Amino acid sequence: MVTERKNIDETWLNRLKGSRAIWPLLALAVILIVDGFISPNFYDIRIVEGRLFGNLIDILYRATPTAIVALGMAVVIGTKGIDLSVGSTIAIAGAIIAWRIHAGDSHFAILLMALGAGIACGVWNGFLVAGLGIQPIIATLILMVSGRGIGMLINLFYGGTDPSFESALLQGLSTGHIWLIPTRIIVGLAIFAALWLVLRKTALGLFIEAVGGNAAASSLAGVNARIIIFVAYIVCGLLAACAGVILTADTHTSDPVSVALYIELDAILAVVIGGGSLAGGRIYLGMTVIGALVIQALTTSILISGLPPEYNLIIKALVVVFVLLLQSKNVRALFSKKAARPSP
Amino acid sequence: MNSKYLPLAATIAVFLALFLIGGSLYRNFLSTLVLGNILADNSFIIIAAIGATFVILSGGIDLSIGSMIGFVGVCMAVLDSLGWHPMATAALMIVFGILFGALQGLIIDFCEIQPFIVTLAGLFLLRGACFMVTLDSVPIHHEFVDVYNSMKIHLPGRGWLRSSAIVMLISLFLGIIIAHFTRFGTNVYAIGGDKESARLMGVNIRKTTVMIYALGGFYSALAGVVYALYTSSGYPLAGSTLELSAIAAVVLGGTLLTGGVGMVAGTLFGGMILGLISTLIIFNGSLNSAWIMISSGILLFAFIVLHRFLVSSFNVKGT
Repeated sequence: MVTERKNIDETWLNRLKGSRAIWPLLALAVILIVDGFISPNFYDIRIVEGRLFGNLIDILYRATPTAIVALGMAVVIGTKGIDLSVGSTIAIAGAIIAWRIHAGDSHFAILLMALGAGIACGVWNGFLVAGLGIQPIIATLILMVSGRGIGMLINLFYGGTDPSFESALLQGLSTGHIWLIPTRIIVGLAIFAALWLVLRKTALGLFIEAVGGNAAASSLAGVNARIIIFVAYIVCGLLAACAGVILTADTHTSDPVSVALYIELDAILAVVIGGGSLAGGRIYLGMTVIGALVIQALTTSILISGLPPEYNLIIKALVVVFVLLLQSKNVRALFSKKAARPSP
Repeated sequence: MNSKYLPLAATIAVFLALFLIGGSLYRNFLSTLVLGNILADNSFIIIAAIGATFVILSGGIDLSIGSMIGFVGVCMAVLDSLGWHPMATAALMIVFGILFGALQGLIIDFCEIQPFIVTLAGLFLLRGACFMVTLDSVPIHHEFVDVYNSMKIHLPGRGWLRSSAIVMLISLFLGIIIAHFTRFGTNVYAIGGDKESARLMGVNIRKTTVMIYALGGFYSALAGVVYALYTSSGYPLAGSTLELSAIAAVVLGGTLLTGGVGMVAGTLFGGMILGLISTLIIFNGSLNSAWIMISSGILLFAFIVLHRFLVSSFNVKGT
């Protein structure tokens, strides 16, 4: 009798667990369907000046930087960590781009320098977390607090009076298009594919999830947890720098104070909406991208619905709370008649 | 000396060193005038940081501080234009802060969601609410604001203790009493030290968690009131990223972010160190404000490494 009851609970739990991946997709679908009602032309995609235009493309286009940052965040969260400094990394990468363009370097070298700056930020965070064993949220707080200041300082290297620039290469990567498709979407897809191959076709993904799930056990199993955590922060820094290149080239200027403000929160949100737990041990790359798309689709629908953009934050907060409540065991138990009384 | 007091001693030493450096660089820096101004200018950060100290002592974090300050400010300003007395609005907003914090605490404990995410949602919610209340900077005209801002106590020398600083010192005193002389305070330390042990020893985790975040909400709402009265205006973007300054003040004040170790009094010095840094850089005149961020980051790094070293070599956490 008791075992029977337990079995029922388990299948019920399993069903919910299986359906958890459905929630973000469902959320995205609901948002897009509602958009269709709000604006009848919502799904129209047309070709203007040799590239695709339309609301759906726009959501993809605007979600790309957040999605790229969120992918790196997913890797770090997989190790049971967190990286608060991605916004600062973006500011530093942007400042380096503007500085070196004023210094007259080749633009391809500048691209590599910006990505190198991201790697350096990742090395710093990785050193603090894996090397010194500092709690990730505090360790990355240091760069978060000082990173935008470093960006402002870099702008001072050439006077800092005019941090705007022109670069065919970088702006091509950000706002350009290849055939009909905006380049940044292609860049985003390429990054996603590369990350997926590295994580899923080598043992790295497995190691990261093992370290995040139980660092001590994976150490005993022969995984060098420190190196794995180190690598995760470097990946996160590198991806943040990629987003930094796109965002900085988009505005043609380096603005360390306000570029990508709150992007770390959006990125963490994308990971959580995608079903990733901050307790570590799981990396869902595809669902993280869906999470970023949900956030951007929400923003876009608030814009096209004619509601003041001020509602954006409130609606975002309510969606977060709703998604979190859905994931909570106690809340599900509260609303489920089937739920058994918790055994002592 | 008990190794528990080492972080606090280090904080006070850094504060004195920075103050003496200022004194050796600039004439008239070593005066109660400068000290009184630093106290008044940073009073709202320190008030918010006192609340954050309790949250961090319990092993949690509160990201909604900055948005709460902004929200309280715009409500104070808008209700002022509707003819409310600032004290009435202040009381209302403080009750709101306590309830909002309690709700966050309840969600954190009941839903077993990390404080980081719950208070992040709180950050978005309150900042969004700011924009819904008003998009403009609204002045507060009530004559009470002038009375409040002109109240001050004369310090020895040329300095003044302004009303903001007085409110801050009173709330600091209150915080010290709560932390070190009440059962609730002991429970906070117990939860931060080891939640499971605390539960086994009979601490009501849910009630304590709700109270901790309610206390955090109280202090951030009070900080919002002080900020609004000090600037006599409400602005929907006020207090952005102030939660970071508050957390930094707590860490610089010698409280471990892992919870369970720290003193409320340290937070005063942590906040004063942040204030001293910006004052020194403003006194210099030629340094860019970027240096405020960078030097805060460097100090934060030094303190975190110091804490890390203390925890591992003296076993401060006792685990």
